[in-house]
Amino acid sequence: MTHLLDIRKLCIDFQSASGLFRAVDSIDMHCDSGEILAIVGESGSGKSVAMLAMMGLLPWNAKISAERMLFDGHDLLGLNKRERRRIIGKDIGMIFQEPMSSLNPCFTVGFQIGESLRLHLGLKGARKRERSIALLRQVGIPAPETRLSAFPHQLSGGMCQRVMIAMVLASNPKLLIADEPTTALDVTIQAQILELLLSLQREKDMALILITHDMGVVAETAERVQVQYAGQKVEEQNVRSLFSAPRHPYTAALLASLPERARTRGKLPSIVGVVPGQFDRPPACLFAPRCAQAKSVCNENVRQQGAAHGHALCNFPLEYTK
Amino acid sequence: MGLSIRALGITSTRSMRKDSVRKNSLQEKRSVRTRMLAEFWFYFAENRGAVIGLRVFALLVLLAIAAPLVAPLPPSEQYRDAFLTPPVWQEGGSWKFILGTDAVGRDILSRLIYGARFSLFIGLVVVTIAISGGVLLGLLAGYCRGVIDTLIMRIMDVILAFPSLLLALVMVAILGPGLLNAMIAIAIVLQPHFVRLTRASVLNEINRDYVTSARVAGAPPLYLITRTILPNCLSPIIVQGTLSFSTAILDAAALGFLGLGAQPPTPEWGTMLAEAREFILRAWWVVTFPGLAILLTVLAINLVGDGLRDALDPKLKKS
Amino acid sequence: MLKFILRRFALLVPTFLGITIVAFGFVRILPGDPVLLMAGERGLTPERYQRLLEEFGYNRPLWQQYIDYLGDLLRGDFGNSFVTKQPVLSEFFTLFPATVELSVCAMVIAIIVGIPAGIVAASKRGSFWDQSIMGTALVGYSMPIFWWGLLLIIVFSGWLGWTPISGRISLVYFFQAKTGFMLIDSLLSGQDGAFLSALRHLILPSLVLATIPLAVIARQTRSAMLEVLGEDYVRTARAKGLSTRRVVGLHALRNAMIPVITVIGLSVGTLLAGAILTETIFSWPGIGKWMVHSISRRDYQVVQGGLLLIAVIVMVVNLLVDMAYGLINPRIRHN
Repeated sequence: MTHLLDIRKLCIDFQSASGLFRAVDSIDMHCDSGEILAIVGESGSGKSVAMLAMMGLLPWNAKISAERMLFDGHDLLGLNKRERRRIIGKDIGMIFQEPMSSLNPCFTVGFQIGESLRLHLGLKGARKRERSIALLRQVGIPAPETRLSAFPHQLSGGMCQRVMIAMVLASNPKLLIADEPTTALDVTIQAQILELLLSLQREKDMALILITHDMGVVAETAERVQVQYAGQKVEEQNVRSLFSAPRHPYTAALLASLPERARTRGKLPSIVGVVPGQFDRPPACLFAPRCAQAKSVCNENVRQQGAAHGHALCNFPLEYTK
Repeated sequence: MGLSIRALGITSTRSMRKDSVRKNSLQEKRSVRTRMLAEFWFYFAENRGAVIGLRVFALLVLLAIAAPLVAPLPPSEQYRDAFLTPPVWQEGGSWKFILGTDAVGRDILSRLIYGARFSLFIGLVVVTIAISGGVLLGLLAGYCRGVIDTLIMRIMDVILAFPSLLLALVMVAILGPGLLNAMIAIAIVLQPHFVRLTRASVLNEINRDYVTSARVAGAPPLYLITRTILPNCLSPIIVQGTLSFSTAILDAAALGFLGLGAQPPTPEWGTMLAEAREFILRAWWVVTFPGLAILLTVLAINLVGDGLRDALDPKLKKS
Repeated sequence: MLKFILRRFALLVPTFLGITIVAFGFVRILPGDPVLLMAGERGLTPERYQRLLEEFGYNRPLWQQYIDYLGDLLRGDFGNSFVTKQPVLSEFFTLFPATVELSVCAMVIAIIVGIPAGIVAASKRGSFWDQSIMGTALVGYSMPIFWWGLLLIIVFSGWLGWTPISGRISLVYFFQAKTGFMLIDSLLSGQDGAFLSALRHLILPSLVLATIPLAVIARQTRSAMLEVLGEDYVRTARAKGLSTRRVVGLHALRNAMIPVITVIGLSVGTLLAGAILTETIFSWPGIGKWMVHSISRRDYQVVQGGLLLIAVIVMVVNLLVDMAYGLINPRIRHN
């Protein structure tokens, strides 16, 4: 069976003054229509970079390679710029972390939504306006007629994110990528935006990839979860079994550090150490220096487990007895 | 007796300890300074243009200092048998006058070399006056606020309302033509930029925590201004100073060109151009070389200025 | 918006008063007897001297003189030139169109060349194009324009014979000035070749005058574009699937224009200072040449009036630029 999005062994290197830096290391990923995939990891784990690479939004010093990068039957790597633009923004939409700065301060909300409508659907004039209003209504913006002529700085962060969502929905995308869509927002607004994303996803039967570092968000929304650490995929499970039986020690540690799940009173458990950088990359398992279960073999090689163990990239995945 | 000796002993060890502490902190300060300098030089040297500019500028300074030794001929000597001799590579040129002679038979190369003295001197004096006056007023305005601030800034606004060259021109008309008056006029015209910069930096810094902590620690106002605030507004002032250096040279040359700066027969580049104007269609070299000298000097200084800005501005450092 | 304009306007009042004080004080700090200076006549009889003293009002207290001076200004009386005996204001307005024509042409050249050059340099950062454009801009920025003008005359008028050396139009043509702008007047006159002649006279001076603003605009455009191209909303625009041309030319440029507009506004002062030199070199009959001329023949009434008028014009232009700034930057308009 073919997936809507199918990525195999994606690697991304950044060329910098001090040499190559590997931001994404042989990541596999797939997602289907109507599915919600969450990608979880600390900052610097390469979760946004992989998506930006797919959208062709990385700067020139990024070198991208992959065994396969298919979207809806198109090979994204083989496309030229013009062909890629027919997919990007139309079939794949992306919203970002900072809604306030992601909208152009010099143009009205109506202009920025209308631009997408015109580019991808060829709408003009009154029909464009009508559709824009409908879109704004759909994302829950009150009095959409008047908001069309508003500038981004006149709106709150939550409103801006709604506008971003409306803009992306304009072209009826098959896949929506939400890169930390609620991180910059107030807690009460966060829930509203997530709820909006979920209902739209259900309504349109879209695929939704949710990038986040917040396990709470994952628990509320996702169906399948993919955990990334230092540019590698370390575990993939559906959300329920991930929370009940994390296989990779890193996932387990992440879950243990959630306040809701803390078993004991007092200090929350945390993961010692930091994500390895360009110069202190461990030889085999990247998590080994911070792992409580690590043995000496973990510094020699690391094995990918099967589906039964959550595809964990770990020599000693956690076992659970029923 | 014994007691007093013991007391003496104590005080001496104490003062020794104090001394050594002071020495250590001094050394530390020095090493911090060298490290900062080294870092600054690293960023500056990355900019190839800036290094070239610095080299050219250094060469000009050397030429200006050593003018009597380097110049082949005296700058004001008129060779009656050699009016408007073309440069050496053109027909009729001679090795005696490498860049040719002007309308009264003076050697252009020698005049250019001596002219470097004037231009660099003008730049130096103007920038010194403008910076010291501007920084003083800026500190005053930023630190005192209130009426003094308003008064100073309004006066600066008025100065800036006039096109700078026009104001300099009119001031020279008041003071009378001449190099010194031209320098004073240009310095006054350039000064508001330093006042604004300094004032803005002071306002920016004065509410920072490190200033507050120094004030709480009982630092007197003068110490606060000169030791705490001023060093932190230094880099924009240095960059503006370099820019003003080149502006001063250009404006002084322009005044000389209009006949209101240095007076003939001074070998100032702008004045040389003014004298050469009527011969432009007959003898291109009398016009070309002095202007080229101005352009190269200003260009070198601006290259250094760009390099300084990039090296001193932490915002641009990372990009 | 109206409030914004009014506030900007109110800020100008003290500056305007300051300018009048400078112009007023100008004659009084000149060395020498102001009456003799302002009359510009030799061998005055004591009676004539006394009459002039009263006419100029120098026998009255200083503050009263200043009030009178302000009153005269508000009535549009800037005194008379004592060389031509004409009112300063009318002389100014006959010459001003020539300067405006020259400055506008120069500014148009500077903008239509400088902004695209800056955009190209920014979008191809570090490339050969970037380096050559920025190198050229730095040379332009460092240019002594009075020499640059002479050099262009040597090459284009002397060696190639393409352009005339001085003036606004060939002496062959004569017609009544209707607008004061030679390009328009020559067209209106209907005489063959008049427009072309006017254009050929205009091209070198406006190129010379454009040099420094052009360099400044190109440099500012580049750095503003570089800053803007790294912003989140540019990423959004690209994520929408817009073409590079639209992303750079509309989304990025519109934001980058905000600081560029400021620099264009500041260039107006530079432009008028440059006009002094350019008009002198090309014998262009505008206010720059008029000022230099008046200083050298000690026509201090003209210098005083011209100084004030030019400063007021710079001030008004800066106000207009501030308003344009408000138009292009929605964040200012609404706050």
